[in-house]
Amino acid sequence: MYTQKKMSEKLRIFGIFAAVPVFVFLSVVIIPFLLGLYMTVTESTGTNISTEFVGLKNYVDAFKDSGFWDSIILTFKYTFWSLILTNLIAFILALMVTSGFKGQNFFRMGFFTPNLIGGVILGFIWQFIFSRILVFAGESFGIPIFEGSWLSDPKMALWALVIVGVWQNSGYMMLLYIAGLTGIPKSLIEAASLDGANNWQILSKIKLPMMVPSFTISIFLTLQRGFMVYDTNLSLTKGGPYRSTELISMHVYNDAFLYQNYGTGQAKAIILFVIVATIALTQVAIMKRKEVEA
Amino acid sequence: MGVKLEKNLNKIIIFTLCILMFILYIFPFILILINSFKARLEVVANPLSLPEKFDFSNFIEAFNTMNYGSAVINSLIVTVLSVSVIILFSSMLAYYLVRYDSKISKMIFMALVASMIIPFQSVMIPFVTVFGNLGLLNSRGMLIYFYLGFGISMATFMFHGFIKSIPVELEEAAIVDGANRFQVFFKVILPMLKPTTATIAILNVLWIWNDFLLPSLVLVNDNIRTLPLSTFYFFGRYTADYSVAMAALVLVLIPVLVFYFVMQKKIIAGVVDGAIK
Repeated sequence: MYTQKKMSEKLRIFGIFAAVPVFVFLSVVIIPFLLGLYMTVTESTGTNISTEFVGLKNYVDAFKDSGFWDSIILTFKYTFWSLILTNLIAFILALMVTSGFKGQNFFRMGFFTPNLIGGVILGFIWQFIFSRILVFAGESFGIPIFEGSWLSDPKMALWALVIVGVWQNSGYMMLLYIAGLTGIPKSLIEAASLDGANNWQILSKIKLPMMVPSFTISIFLTLQRGFMVYDTNLSLTKGGPYRSTELISMHVYNDAFLYQNYGTGQAKAIILFVIVATIALTQVAIMKRKEVEA
Repeated sequence: MGVKLEKNLNKIIIFTLCILMFILYIFPFILILINSFKARLEVVANPLSLPEKFDFSNFIEAFNTMNYGSAVINSLIVTVLSVSVIILFSSMLAYYLVRYDSKISKMIFMALVASMIIPFQSVMIPFVTVFGNLGLLNSRGMLIYFYLGFGISMATFMFHGFIKSIPVELEEAAIVDGANRFQVFFKVILPMLKPTTATIAILNVLWIWNDFLLPSLVLVNDNIRTLPLSTFYFFGRYTADYSVAMAALVLVLIPVLVFYFVMQKKIIAGVVDGAIK
């Protein structure tokens, strides 16, 4: 660690190493974020930031908007099912591809592939699957659930979105679970099986408790991704049919940029921020306490 | 004997399940590929059949209508330059924050860590208002500037953790030999950061290459569109002709898949590292 006595030297070093990134960071993230907070309590529009103070009017309007509540409920529903299914499937995949057969790496690569591709493209791929392939299969083989496109059925469209989300994210979470599983000391498992523990006992008494850190990270990531999803939402369903899949991000985007309600749009964006931040911090705090020291 | 048989049986069951899951995961890509070679009516008649002949005309049409060449070049420019400046400036900032520990350094670090929780959606509206008013949207240069701003926090955080573990004595030796701070950083520290740099580069390449929302707000002119943008606009016009649309998807998938096959080990290690840190 270095300490500079002279102020001029301090500034020079700061200028060389930190001035540019700090300036860029402030101008791109911090200032827009603070301005965003300011915009919610003033009569601002998309083209100008006004100084006319309106108090919490924008937040009240946001909460009065039933469309916003619909979006919040939809997003919770989407995130809940994505969270459960993604992590369950990811954990099963991780157990399978660490069970010791040849070519495990090949399978890992395959399961992870969807994660590398942008959400917009994934959405278009599945648009074809849901509106063409499944409908064709449903009609040809007489499977009633596929005969109508899920994307034009308000009851099913959200599930289409969940499926794409799970397909996209489970390979990633699988990698995190693999890292957790391979981090468990072999001696621990060998000792348990010498003591007569069966596979199920080894899984529930050793592997699961030792995996708590992996679960923390993975659940945290799926929650965050769930609440912020936008790209697949846009390209797969565009929020339709009849706004039955308009998740929060898209709702905020549409409110501000489509309907020009910048004040309430930004208030909703701040509410989204509060939700994401609260969940993330709580999750980390709770799971940190439960971590097993090995 | 019985135990061994049971073990083998278990393995076969797991292996079979694994193959089934694998097919399920890969099937969407296969379907896209198959249909990209077909004629339009062939797709409508039976999207599950194999193509009657391998016809590349869909690819040519998709390539031309979506401006594939220029979109790939735009994406490459934006991704490579953004990732380079993120790595350069974040490593310098992290070095400063570790080695010049003061109240201000602590504050900057706290602000960086706290900002990682801010979703882009929470800043995009004021972001467009401010930069739109300043007339600073609609250029690739500004897009790179924005990626630097949004990328700094995580990259600095990761470099920070690594630099903390480098003993100061290494630098002192170089200073005794007459090197200045700048030289110490570039000759001693930066080369040691290689593993972290690789992780950060991979995470940022994947993020920026695939990003849609930010460029959709920043880039308006069609000649500077990145690949996800031109795909999106292409699909806005081409929903009826599935065969060309599927060819477009195949074209869009190619760069990412090539990158994955070449760098698979590094990519997998990188994303795991990035999540755990």
